[in-house]
Amino acid sequence: MTTIPSNMRRVLRREPRVRPSTEPVAAPPERVEAPPVEIAPNDPLIAYFSGATGAVDIGALQLDSPALEALREAGIKLVVPLVSQGELIGLLNLGPRRSEQEYSADDRKLLNDLAGHAAPAVRVAQLVREQEAEVRQRERIEQELRVAQLIQQQFLPEELPDLPGWQFGAYYGPAREVGGDFYDFIRLPEGQVGIVVGDVTDKGVPAALVMATTHSILRAESPRLVAPSEVLTRVNNLLVDEMPAHMFVTCLYAVLDPETGRLRYANAGHNVPYVSTEGGVTELRATGMPLGLLPEMEYEEKEATIAPGDTVLLHSDGLAEAHNGQRKMFGFPRVAALTGEATDGEVLIDRLLKELQEFVGPDLEQEDDITLVTLGRRAAAGGGGPAPEAPPAGAAERQLAAFEVASEPGNERLAIDQVAEAVAGLGLDGPRLERLKTAVGEATMNAIEHGNGNRPELPVNVSVVTDDTDVKVRITDQGGERPLPEVETPDLEAKLAGLQTPRGWGLFLIQNMVDALTTTVDEHHHTIELVMHLKEASDARS
Amino acid sequence: MPGAEFGAEVRSHDSTGVIDLHGEINLGADQALLAAYERAVQNDPATVVLNFGDVDYINSTGIALIVGLLARARKEHREVRAFGLSEHYRQIFAITRLSDFMGIYADEDSAVAATV
Repeated sequence: MTTIPSNMRRVLRREPRVRPSTEPVAAPPERVEAPPVEIAPNDPLIAYFSGATGAVDIGALQLDSPALEALREAGIKLVVPLVSQGELIGLLNLGPRRSEQEYSADDRKLLNDLAGHAAPAVRVAQLVREQEAEVRQRERIEQELRVAQLIQQQFLPEELPDLPGWQFGAYYGPAREVGGDFYDFIRLPEGQVGIVVGDVTDKGVPAALVMATTHSILRAESPRLVAPSEVLTRVNNLLVDEMPAHMFVTCLYAVLDPETGRLRYANAGHNVPYVSTEGGVTELRATGMPLGLLPEMEYEEKEATIAPGDTVLLHSDGLAEAHNGQRKMFGFPRVAALTGEATDGEVLIDRLLKELQEFVGPDLEQEDDITLVTLGRRAAAGGGGPAPEAPPAGAAERQLAAFEVASEPGNERLAIDQVAEAVAGLGLDGPRLERLKTAVGEATMNAIEHGNGNRPELPVNVSVVTDDTDVKVRITDQGGERPLPEVETPDLEAKLAGLQTPRGWGLFLIQNMVDALTTTVDEHHHTIELVMHLKEASDARS
Repeated sequence: MPGAEFGAEVRSHDSTGVIDLHGEINLGADQALLAAYERAVQNDPATVVLNFGDVDYINSTGIALIVGLLARARKEHREVRAFGLSEHYRQIFAITRLSDFMGIYADEDSAVAATV
């Protein structure tokens, strides 16, 4: 077969050679295909065939052409160019006639007619195949993107750490061609928390797989080693052998002690975190090579103390290195400056994304994954102190009980029993009393666990008041200002399918048990007020 | 204040695994509930029945444990039914939609009979 470059992909052929005449005449001639013949793009034969008006007897051709020699060696006698819309798209190569006679004028006319009909059909077939190949290629790329996204999302944490006195925030925005960003929070011994932000070079499935490996090693090694420098050294040594060529991972690993605010950290070539402090923006610098490049690397370990009111930003380069239409970069100084204005991590994330959108504009596709993680220490963390004054009671409001319970798991039962005793004379019917008890139990559990961090020395204060229409139970913890999360209906199907944690029912239950739910906060305390109407209870009794 | 400690016994009733639950279903019930379920499915019954008749308190963590148990049973293509729930916890099972995925019956006989 003749192989020709460019768009001339299809070549019709006919058996070029008969068996040697020494073979018995009775034996049927064996069909032999001509070997492929390459024709270089600059071979003069191409120009010659392009201009030919019909079948060409190559035996008579006088051209300095390697392809011509190759065709002759392959036993080709006659070549009929296939031309469609003025374009040479293939050759019909014929060997000698079996009769050993020359091709006649009739033969040539028949072949020319055949080529005239075949060429457009061959061209159409070529175009269809090219389009099919393009579609397959597009589908393959889309499929790869979906796989990469799936892997990536599989390894992102479902929940943020919930630590009294601390606020965590996280954002992950994948680029269309998914990069290898990741972040994680790892529970460590003695109540410490490991915080990871990383970025794998490269994109798509390879990056996602390296991300998954790195994530798994970090999860396995962090609780054992804890110290950031040791963790990164270990992860690097394990990754070096596994890492595909030209790939590596940048990674910032920090360990927070929530009790003291001490933050130890080491950095494997990742972006420097910024801290918004009372005195301005500071940087958490530590030196170290990216992971997976060279074995036996050492990582500098440093530490900082995150003071009440401080906010730390960990970020991947998808933010600072984003470009606008004029190819200007969003830039690290801008990220640092915006961090300096922050007083709240989640607000900071929203602000950064809004500023980025304004900078880049609506039409440009996101270049790289963007990952942002914030941790903020509340100004009131660990404040303790006396509970705030109860909201001023109305003229008809009278207190039925005021007591406190220590922040130990299980003590919500104490609160339930004391509230039940306090409201005994109000005539709440059985079902409504049960609902109030469940709400008190859940709210007290939240106060013990989330507000006071299960620290027995911190009390949960409970007061029970009533007026002519309602009974109100106010439950106060020392966790300081924190917004009441929006109450969402848990997705039971997702939980049963194992796609979500089975937990997350507390607030939903509280809201569905009582007639009204409000929260009040001050610098040091967080109070949830549960309201149950008495009037409906009276109606129910009558 | 420590409440009534959680406990669970397992028995078989007409080829159905029945788990008798006692006390409080809260975080502390985690291991015992799981162990009871393991015992109840040893003979690979198509249905597991939970007896809540002697349960006096279920908090949100307990709800999560039941959701986890139900998720596991569904994965194993097993049906879970319940009886002995007080009116209050029937209401909570309705609000949380647990009763959409777990048949709630008045007593053991009707729970078991419905599986035959």
